[in-house]
Amino acid sequence: MTVTSDRSAPTDAPLGAPAAKRFGGLLKTRELGIVLALALLVAYTAIDNPRFLSGQSIRDNLLNTAILAVMATGQAVVVITRNIDLSVGSVLGISAFAVATLMSNQDLPMVVGLLAGLAIGAVAGLVNGVLVRYGKVPALVVTLGTLYIYRGITYSWAGGSQVNADELPRHFLTFANDSILGIPWLVLIALVVVAAGSVMMRNYRVGRELYAMGSSPAAAELAGIKVARNLLGAFVLSGALAGLAGVLYAARFGTVDAAAGTGLELNVVAAVVVGGVAVFGGSGSVWGAALGALLLTVIGSALAVLDINQFWQQAIVGALIILAICADRLVAVRIARSLRKRDAHV
Amino acid sequence: MSDIDLGKRPAANRSGALRSRLTSWDSIILVLTALVLIIASFTVDNFGTSRNFTFMVLDLLPIILIALPMTMIIVTGEIDLSVASTLGLTSSMMGWLWNQGLSIESIIPLCIAIGAICGVVNGFLITTLGLPSLAVTIGTLALYRGLAFVVLGDGAVADFPWNYTGWVTGTIGGGAVPNVLILIVVLALIFGIVQHATPFGRSLYAIGANAQAAHFSGIRVARTKFWLYVASGAVAGLVGVLWTLRYSSARADNGAGLELAVVAAVLLGGVSIFGGKGSLPGVLAGVVLLTALQNALRLEDVSGQALNIVTGTLLVLSVLLPNITTAVRGNWQRRKLRQAAAR
Repeated sequence: MTVTSDRSAPTDAPLGAPAAKRFGGLLKTRELGIVLALALLVAYTAIDNPRFLSGQSIRDNLLNTAILAVMATGQAVVVITRNIDLSVGSVLGISAFAVATLMSNQDLPMVVGLLAGLAIGAVAGLVNGVLVRYGKVPALVVTLGTLYIYRGITYSWAGGSQVNADELPRHFLTFANDSILGIPWLVLIALVVVAAGSVMMRNYRVGRELYAMGSSPAAAELAGIKVARNLLGAFVLSGALAGLAGVLYAARFGTVDAAAGTGLELNVVAAVVVGGVAVFGGSGSVWGAALGALLLTVIGSALAVLDINQFWQQAIVGALIILAICADRLVAVRIARSLRKRDAHV
Repeated sequence: MSDIDLGKRPAANRSGALRSRLTSWDSIILVLTALVLIIASFTVDNFGTSRNFTFMVLDLLPIILIALPMTMIIVTGEIDLSVASTLGLTSSMMGWLWNQGLSIESIIPLCIAIGAICGVVNGFLITTLGLPSLAVTIGTLALYRGLAFVVLGDGAVADFPWNYTGWVTGTIGGGAVPNVLILIVVLALIFGIVQHATPFGRSLYAIGANAQAAHFSGIRVARTKFWLYVASGAVAGLVGVLWTLRYSSARADNGAGLELAVVAAVLLGGVSIFGGKGSLPGVLAGVVLLTALQNALRLEDVSGQALNIVTGTLLVLSVLLPNITTAVRGNWQRRKLRQAAAR
């Protein structure tokens, strides 16, 4: 036994370092790819119509990205653990309606609304997490089920009614457009969420544990990672952020009915996949997912500026998703080949 | 002593097998469906009428047809979320081709072929390139729906020949049996026989249980999956045609969101999302249960959206309940063993 450890120690150390570097380099190119695509798109559109780079246009794009980016952050964390949360659109709906009802015709401060949204979302996420972990029901089934349940609850509650903008307090409605240091609150919140999520996943123990769980759930359990706690945490985070997105939605659009956010889950998953988070977990990053959300939004507005038929947008998004998965596959194959080569040398 | 044990065990196993068969989700869902049908026809006005029966069959037509290949795909451990978008694309193409002046007799096979091509694209990406089906079909979900809008925009084409639209909504000889029921029965029989009584069908379960083991025992895993996606696309194309004819309206957004309803019905029918488990009768019962509940609640003036709660709960329970019973049974057996050991 001492012999094997003696042999493996020196061979691993020098070979491990460049391999890790190469691995990091490949990952960097993955997100670099999105940045490049984004830069190309913006450059091409701006040459066609310089107004695309005007302050108002940039502001609109960022405002439209904010809600999607907040949800993509939570979704990325869940997908990295090799799960999925399809209920986010319905959680946004229930939170948006609940908070709008709470705030309507009352003079509550904005913070109450934000906290209420976070809390509602967290509870919804906790239900998902408990069913996945303790009910041993696959995440796809649970969150497909709660997609229906949360939406159904919102419909039963709201019926055909809606909360109109004139019932909501002024400060709630201006929150979306108010800015601090020139940055709208909505964008600021999204930036903070994405940055905090990225740092948590990159630099903190819990983040690395979530990656480990996604790479190999069984190995993570055996390695002593508190899988149950982390998994519940991931689902609560995804739910809470969807709840937060609900408040932002209500503030931005002012009119909320029971259908708010219907079908949004697919956009969120699309942003995450385009952003380079593998659906089988264990790889990708939160800021990549946020970039994915930005790219999807910018495509939409670029088509309008370029005067291309709006109907192309969805088709392009679809093609982009497939392109992104193909790129991931290519990277994975290359990594596997380089690892095999390394093993062959040893 | 050992003799008794040997003699006893098969008997115990047999009764155990019977018990697990009776308490399996397939059987529960069959009983539940029968109960809902019986109770509804006694308590809900107009539920048992032949007119309502026709409507119900028309309502369950798209879900039940798409669920047939979907069951096979999920049994192999894959998924196809692009079906509703394939439906939308074929509906759009149908309207566009009709506007180009093609005859309906040539449009219908063309549309089914377009659906099959959508399936070929899925199958190629998933089996040849080895990409994850969940991600691929989310991509093609957006792609096909997008193309549907590119083809037809947000307009509609409505002037399809009366004898075709009338056939889809009509009944045999003006009686109680809708024409499309023949289609459902024939296709369900074909898919049922293929899935449950052919080597091909058994190989699906082998692939779902362990694709690698299936590969090493000589099953052509990739080719099998490829043809399942082609079948799924072709059936979605056929449903696109039927949907268009039923509402006499070709629109790009036809069938939007249907993929989740189909997956929910299949899982509700007791098919495991991990593959390798599930039967077609259970799935058929699942579809009938969902449609009958929706129909009965609508007749009772309950909002269809509130039904979402029932659908979602049933979906979660369909996996949760068997898990709980297995856990409880395991606990009970362990306790019995412990008691036996203590004695």
